[in-house]
Amino acid sequence: MTRFLSDSAIERLREAADSPYLTGTRYRLVDKLGQGGMGGVFRVEDTALDRQVAMKVISVADPDGTGCARLLQEARIIAKLEHPGIVPVHDAGLLSDGRPYYTMKLVQGQRLEERVATVPALSDRLRIFLRICDAVAFAHAHGVLHRDLKPSNVMVGPFGEVLVMDWGLSKLVAEKAESSVSQSAGLSPKKLGNTATAHGTVLGTPGFMAPEQTRGESVDQRADVYSLGAILQSLSAEASPVPRALAAIRKQAMAEDSAGRYQTVTDLATDVAHFLDGLPVSAYPEGLVTRCWRWIVRNRVWILLLLAYVVARALLIFFRPR
Amino acid sequence: MPEDTQIGGARQHFPTTRWSIIERTRSSQAEERQRALDGLISAYWKPVYKYIRLHWKKENEEAKDLTQEFFARLVEKNLLDRFDPSRARLRTYLRVCVDGLVMNEDKAAQRVKRGGDVTLLPLDFETAEGELKELPVAATADNPEELFSREFARSLFGLALERLRSECAANGKTIHFQLLELYDIEEGGRQLTYEDLARWSGIKTTDVTNHLAHARKEFRRIVLAELRTMTASEEEFRREAHTLLGVKL
Repeated sequence: MTRFLSDSAIERLREAADSPYLTGTRYRLVDKLGQGGMGGVFRVEDTALDRQVAMKVISVADPDGTGCARLLQEARIIAKLEHPGIVPVHDAGLLSDGRPYYTMKLVQGQRLEERVATVPALSDRLRIFLRICDAVAFAHAHGVLHRDLKPSNVMVGPFGEVLVMDWGLSKLVAEKAESSVSQSAGLSPKKLGNTATAHGTVLGTPGFMAPEQTRGESVDQRADVYSLGAILQSLSAEASPVPRALAAIRKQAMAEDSAGRYQTVTDLATDVAHFLDGLPVSAYPEGLVTRCWRWIVRNRVWILLLLAYVVARALLIFFRPR
Repeated sequence: MPEDTQIGGARQHFPTTRWSIIERTRSSQAEERQRALDGLISAYWKPVYKYIRLHWKKENEEAKDLTQEFFARLVEKNLLDRFDPSRARLRTYLRVCVDGLVMNEDKAAQRVKRGGDVTLLPLDFETAEGELKELPVAATADNPEELFSREFARSLFGLALERLRSECAANGKTIHFQLLELYDIEEGGRQLTYEDLARWSGIKTTDVTNHLAHARKEFRRIVLAELRTMTASEEEFRREAHTLLGVKL
């Protein structure tokens, strides 16, 4: 006779069924940190090194190995991206319950949207944004698209370190790079290529996803530029009024047509940095008067010193004993 | 069912080769067909009965009749032959069939009461009725799909636990099952520490960790194996895994 299971017992059993089987590994389960689209993320203790790390494990059912391929792809992509703004992967493998996993640095900090609530100054927010751009530009330089950039995928650590997380939808752009990863994973390139949009699903997050990504078309680095534009918009939403140059940067980053956007993340970051430094930005052409005024404002110290010098010389000439 | 325990090896615990229950109910061998139907009935009779009681608000005796009649019709009218996995989940299809049966109940006043020369399924309605009393009052307010899905999960998990209990007993691992029962099923079990469990069971704390992990792994394997038999396609299997285990694939 089967026993009656209460609703709360069913919930606990669901959780128990999802927990990774770590017997025989160097890891010990501590607790669950969250659930992503592909798998759960757990806090585990690495008993060999006596430290806590985060372990991402594919969810329980993976009948055709698609999830396994995607998780390994994600781990290998991140492992290639050694950058202070990208969470490092420590280890990857297969648990004895048949599920693949990888471990990564356990990031202690706040999600971007939580952090910015404590950072009122627009300039400080834009400096965080530039750190995000640095990491994404680095990934692009290595042929990797993120494809799911949004505030909840960015962590800001207690010492101000900015980390771009969740590369689960990331994709290698270069054919050569893609095939090398798939070969080393023992997977066919075709299979790996299909995983990102398995079952005809459009992957990404509405509101932060480029229009071409929403339509399920192939994307390039300009899709990430769009997502960064959306992040920039969320970071500067409270600024009132939004400076025209900054509004123009946002508009260009989020142009409907990818050809009208910044073509690289570096271009976008350069404009934001120029805006922070009071320099002209490419997204907002200025008239001669505005440019002159901006030059004067930017060099006001030197101009005032020069004026003071000229006035002093004039006074000396005027009052010089004859 | 010895074949059930052979699913998956050291590196492959995701069952992929078992026939689905739908395929087996269409088997040319009567014995195979009957086994498949028995499996389907054992997983679905409680959800069907509770669904009729809670959603259709039928009295105890009437719900028993309708449940018996539903499974009888399922066989006699070959309702499973009409199931198209590309259009719906098996669970949804069965629920809609139940709806159809109950809705036609009034105009089918001439409905022949099951009994007499008809074999009744040996279903333990008293237990099911007792379980209804354990459900929160709000359960009746759920939409039909949620209600049926929740009761199916309860039934499937219950069956999986029974199988786990007997497998553990057969393999000399009763303590593994008891730890799972105490920690993951009993109310308040999660408030216990592993040290508490070690004292209770008289084993080392590290053994508690390993035994509990083993029981959980086996529970997951059995649930997925059962789920595999209850679905007709890979896609349905994925969606059911998502619904029942709360994981997105």
